Amino acid sequence: MPTATEKFNHADDATAFVANHARAKWHDQALWFVRQKRDRMANSLPEWEALRETASSIKAYTIAHLAELLEQFERQATKLGAHVHFAKDAAEHNEIVLGILQQHGVKKAAKSKSMLTEECHLNPFLNRHGIDVVDTDLGEWIVQLRNEPPSHIVLPAIHIKREEVGELFHEKIGTEKGASDPTYLARAARRKLRETFMEAEAGITGVNFAVAETGGFVVCTNEGNADLGVSLPKLHIACLGIEKLIPQAKHLAVFLRLLARSATGQPITTYSSHFHGPRPGGELHIVLVDNGRTDILRSDEFRRSLNCIRCGACMNTCPVYRRSGGHSYQSTIPGPIGSILAPSRDAETYYSLPYACSLCGSCDDVCPVKIDIHHQLLTWRREIAVRGYLPWSKRLSMRMMSLVLRRPWLYRLAGSLGRFALRWSPRFMIYNGLNAWGKQRELPLAPKQSFRALYRQRQAKNGKS
Amino acid sequence: MSSSSKDQILAAIRRQQLPPRELPPLDFAPLVYDDPQQHYTETLTGIGGRVVVANSIEDVQRDLDQHDLYVEARQICSLVPGIARANVDLDALDDPHQAETIEFAVLPAKFAVAENGALWVTDENVKHRVIYFICQHLAFVVPRDQILSNMHQAYERLSFDSPGFGAFIAGPSKTADIEQSLVIGAHGPKSTVVYLLG
Ligand code: SF4
Repeated sequence: MPTATEKFNHADDATAFVANHARAKWHDQALWFVRQKRDRMANSLPEWEALRETASSIKAYTIAHLAELLEQFERQATKLGAHVHFAKDAAEHNEIVLGILQQHGVKKAAKSKSMLTEECHLNPFLNRHGIDVVDTDLGEWIVQLRNEPPSHIVLPAIHIKREEVGELFHEKIGTEKGASDPTYLARAARRKLRETFMEAEAGITGVNFAVAETGGFVVCTNEGNADLGVSLPKLHIACLGIEKLIPQAKHLAVFLRLLARSATGQPITTYSSHFHGPRPGGELHIVLVDNGRTDILRSDEFRRSLNCIRCGACMNTCPVYRRSGGHSYQSTIPGPIGSILAPSRDAETYYSLPYACSLCGSCDDVCPVKIDIHHQLLTWRREIAVRGYLPWSKRLSMRMMSLVLRRPWLYRLAGSLGRFALRWSPRFMIYNGLNAWGKQRELPLAPKQSFRALYRQRQAKNGKS
Repeated sequence: MSSSSKDQILAAIRRQQLPPRELPPLDFAPLVYDDPQQHYTETLTGIGGRVVVANSIEDVQRDLDQHDLYVEARQICSLVPGIARANVDLDALDDPHQAETIEFAVLPAKFAVAENGALWVTDENVKHRVIYFICQHLAFVVPRDQILSNMHQAYERLSFDSPGFGAFIAGPSKTADIEQSLVIGAHGPKSTVVYLLG
């Protein structure tokens, strides 16, 4: 989270990432590769669009009936023997989890990927209370060892090179110096984390889908870490945002068909585990968290962002995300959807995120639940301007722009001055700190004539004028 | 107090009167394969698993006997009757942690799904469900006539009205968290073979 003293601006943070040209390019290509795998998977199902449409309607139903569905889920889960808790915000969520862990005398917990617990900053909170939490997803473990947040919701360590992982593991778990082979490193992590699984007295997981009709929930992973984490100790705590509900078990077919294909281009994750009640002799706690979600639900403009199933496809396809890296968003959920969710929580701090977007609309095309992402980003821009959160430089240029656009004569004048200036100005006047468009790219040579002049000529030639 | 948090959350949701909606009918035609077995085999092979057609449990045994992972395993657990050399009785273990030393497991699955290579397994008659995740190598046995085309057909078969665990498992565990390069064998089993029996 950005500090209050220094105003956070996505473009400033992205500058640092882009400065390493080779790395930015590598990052861009790694994500584009995932996007292409997603395309191949989507194209292999003739009913792909029908699935997206259906998923979107199921989510719309869920949001419209959320109160009843939550009550139904609680009833059913309780009947199955689970303990259901509700938390208004991150602080309450953390207190509830801590309370359960303390009650069981837990000193060490194995956690599997959960963006919600990231959002709530559960790890540092539990650490402060003397509880060791280990993130057991390999990517999450890597970023935890580096003391940084994930940079992507599905590929947490996508910004890190294998040599850096090698260095890190050498230092932390004693792998050979200079070793960077992914299989060697992953095996070393496997051995180390097996110890964690054997020692942990509790497993904490996120949830991909919770089924109101049955009171059960589904957790999807490839590594098997969630299942090891909750099948060894007696205690399982599952944490989820209230928007994770779906009405019926048969709807899981729709979402499981979409999720992994959209996320990583796999037909399904290796494990899709369905938990209904605690295991025999065990204890299951489910923590349902609001933390700002009901505020989003009450907003007509942004309600649909609650459809998100956290597949990450909008990040993989986003030209801005790919080239600026997840950390430049400074929010738990980065990328296009994060740029809607973060200002919903704190518009003043995250005012710049809706501008980290070229409005290309590629995110809308890949989103498996058909969120109108780029429209919502545009709406946020308006909202942020209305609330007066824009810094003076952006406000000034926008005011000038509107001044010019409202006066045709001024627009024409500005256009011809601009064309003249771009053709004849010395480089330093165009490529300087004041012109963000001149960074890292050559501006095209300005045409001699304006579009209006060309159009007039063409009309005259066609004899229409 | 969490009960009052619940009331507050529900009240906050209800304050926004959203018009009721209908659930969409799941009436599109999902892909159905002419030869689900062939598609299953292709899909599972594509995600790092191995498929073997076996007419009998003896065929399964013959194939196992040809593979070092099984032949050299010191601790083997089988929940499929008729498998030789199974020397760990899962039911005899008091604590799931004791399953950590099991190197090879042979387990039954209820059905297979061709579109994604998954098998459906449950904790019914499986005392420690951790066996699916903790053994080093895993073999599944599934009836050959139980290969469905897609996930919609799968959920038609499933009901969740009593406590229990179930999972779709598609191939061996894996990770691509280091530079997107695929490593088979993350935290769960490092290899998976599926015997289509019958
Ligand atoms: S907004 Fe859509 S594409 Fe982006 S993570 Fe959510 S579900 Fe996936």
